[in-house]
Amino acid sequence: MKNLLLSAASLALVAGAALAEPQRGGRVDVVIQPEPPGLMVGLLQNAPVQMVAGNIYEGLLRYDADLAPQPGLAREWEVSEDGLVYTFRLAENARWHDGEPFTAEDVVFSVDVFLRETHPRLRASLVHVETIEAVDDHTVRFTLNNPFGPFLGLFEVGTMPMVPKHIYEGTDFANNPMNDTPIGTGPFRFNEWVQGSHIHLVRNDDYHVEGMPYLDEIFWRVIPDAAARAVAFETGQVDVLPGGSVENFDVPRLTAMDGVCVTGGGWEFFGPHSWMWINLREGPTTDVRFRRAIMHAMDREFARDVVWNGFGRVASGPVSSSTRFFSDDVTIYDYDPDKARALLAEMAYDGTPIRLVPLPYGETWQRWGEAVRQNLLDVGINVELVATDVAGWNQRTSEWDFDLAFTFLYQFGDPALGVARTYVSTNIAKGSPWNNVSGYVNEEVDRLFAEAAVAVGDEARQALYDEVQRIIVDDVPVAWLLELEFPTIYRCDLENLVTTAIGVNDGFRDAWLSR
Amino acid sequence: MTETLGGAGGLAASGAPSGARAFWRRFARNRGAVVGLALLAVVVAVALAAPLIYPESPWRMVQRPFLPPFAHDGLPLGTDTLGRNVAAGLAHGARVSLVVGLVSTLAALAIGVPLGALAGYFGGWVDEIAMRFTEFFQTIPSFALAIVLVAIFQPSLGSIVAAIAIVSWPPVARLVRAEVMTLRTREFVDAARLQGLSDWRILTGQILPNAVSPIIVMASLMVATAILLESSLSFLGLGDPNIMSWGFMIGAARTVIRTAWWLSFFPGVAILLTVLALNLIGEGLNDALNPRLARGGR
Repeated sequence: MKNLLLSAASLALVAGAALAEPQRGGRVDVVIQPEPPGLMVGLLQNAPVQMVAGNIYEGLLRYDADLAPQPGLAREWEVSEDGLVYTFRLAENARWHDGEPFTAEDVVFSVDVFLRETHPRLRASLVHVETIEAVDDHTVRFTLNNPFGPFLGLFEVGTMPMVPKHIYEGTDFANNPMNDTPIGTGPFRFNEWVQGSHIHLVRNDDYHVEGMPYLDEIFWRVIPDAAARAVAFETGQVDVLPGGSVENFDVPRLTAMDGVCVTGGGWEFFGPHSWMWINLREGPTTDVRFRRAIMHAMDREFARDVVWNGFGRVASGPVSSSTRFFSDDVTIYDYDPDKARALLAEMAYDGTPIRLVPLPYGETWQRWGEAVRQNLLDVGINVELVATDVAGWNQRTSEWDFDLAFTFLYQFGDPALGVARTYVSTNIAKGSPWNNVSGYVNEEVDRLFAEAAVAVGDEARQALYDEVQRIIVDDVPVAWLLELEFPTIYRCDLENLVTTAIGVNDGFRDAWLSR
Repeated sequence: MTETLGGAGGLAASGAPSGARAFWRRFARNRGAVVGLALLAVVVAVALAAPLIYPESPWRMVQRPFLPPFAHDGLPLGTDTLGRNVAAGLAHGARVSLVVGLVSTLAALAIGVPLGALAGYFGGWVDEIAMRFTEFFQTIPSFALAIVLVAIFQPSLGSIVAAIAIVSWPPVARLVRAEVMTLRTREFVDAARLQGLSDWRILTGQILPNAVSPIIVMASLMVATAILLESSLSFLGLGDPNIMSWGFMIGAARTVIRTAWWLSFFPGVAILLTVLALNLIGEGLNDALNPRLARGGR
């Protein structure tokens, strides 16, 4: 018995050594690209704004890599059985950076007044919300007018950031002078911003989670050139390269350095999903056999391994595997040129030329376009690349002037938020490159998406989404490519950097230096 | 003065029965020109033979990416970022470079020669209008104008050739105008006029044949410039994305130059040698067509 106890104690010791105690102190330099236009995350939703401001501001919830909600400003929460009432218990010791206490009144103001006016993406979901009430100083209650499945996924800091009522109430939000010196509740305070050089954040000693954060200060460095960013990391001037801040082909060289770690995690909430729009309005692309031939013709594993240096996953359908309600019970389109040729022969494809518009986002996307074009040529599809810039790409996709066009979109964790918009027929409209650009019309799909958004209970939603994924994958309204991964490169002695579904956007709360 | 002599030399070279041999003798005296001709012959041969040596598309991904040169049988110059055969790209790229160089030069001549000839022959308000029009194009930096034109008309082989032609005709017009102006006051032109020949006959039958040698020299240099322009446009990503060209190969390899030097080195050498060859030939032609220089050599 004594022995047993001893071995249990030594086991605990071993485990303790592996999960070393976080140390206080230290400074981290991080690349921010491009320089954000501001830091008031309630007003600006650009990616670099979210990346810096996610450590100054907070949402009610945080999300782990499986998108399960974790405590943020809300310590506890409960959902009524009919799926209509959500009650949040807030942290009682949370304070704004200027010392004012954070209360339920701030939540009501943030969501019902401020974000309703400034945040288009959240506003679209808030139509399901009937009332938001402060029950007491530290309890807030959301009442919906119908069940809305993705609701618990809306409390991420970039989607629903908490803003201080005592600073913004009754002011012109966009022109409030305090926008330049953001006041949040987060683990780091804003200290200084030297335009074109750096943004300096310092530790919030008054943070509402005991002992956190561990770092003393963060410098977000503005370095406009991709090659210069890579050099800055090599020479030790910066410690973290967030996803997308260096070109893909530099990643293997940088990660081969001593003491450098890399992770593809931290993008699960966004679930960047890439595909080619297929114009379903005219030409051979109206034939489903042609579209299936495209799927079989593309060597997507090659694209992942060579063009994306092994980062990412082959997409099986409309929903990313990191998004909720993903189903792999769908038709699998493997790389099979012979099958593609057979499908083309069956439909008697006559060699009508197809225009392929690549995404003009740099070398990686250009190479990808060339690889896909060659894949399609190899099975006999007569495809031409159209050279274009970002404005031209926007124009062609939003005016439906293409046959195939590369794109990628975020999924925001739930099919109702980030997937349905691509496939429902009510979302077909000229003038936007982000709606149902293919022109896919399927009443069954429309119905299933509508039902799944408001169905109560995850099981009911899963069944509906399984069904809709099967139908869409068989119809091939777009040609799915890869679930993208944007690797975060960092020095290995920076521990616990990427622990959530939005990665460095809110990761510095838990990060610490073991040097 | 030089122009007058150049014009007369052209007359002599095309007039004498043994002209071709004499011409070659004068051309061959410039060793560099012969080397240039040999180099160009190799490039032309590779361009013509490209579909025979590499029947597969140069865009095909044939092996692992980033294979260094001489590391793999059948891939003497290695593979690029997607595993495409660099040697095949070079061979097929030679076709593009030569076609672009030739066609755009011919197009530039087709604009510049008539305009310059009319301006020089008629003078007066015709000259004024033609030269102001020419200056209009000359005031805009030619490369900047080419970029704008290609960007507006969407990059394609046709638009690139057109853009290069449009930016390179003004010097031709100026040269031809100067030649024609000196020639039209000469006695043989007066004689033709006294015979009652029409302006058209005099211009095309008497004056232009005598102005042809400086045009030829200039054209050979224009082909070289056109090849450089096309490469620069492709390098900047303004090439036809469906056509493998040397400039495209360098542009696509620029970002990996630290890890894969051969991807930009070989196409760069190809451009260098081709442009050098054309310049050497131009110099040789200048020597051969200019009797004053030729006499000085004897």
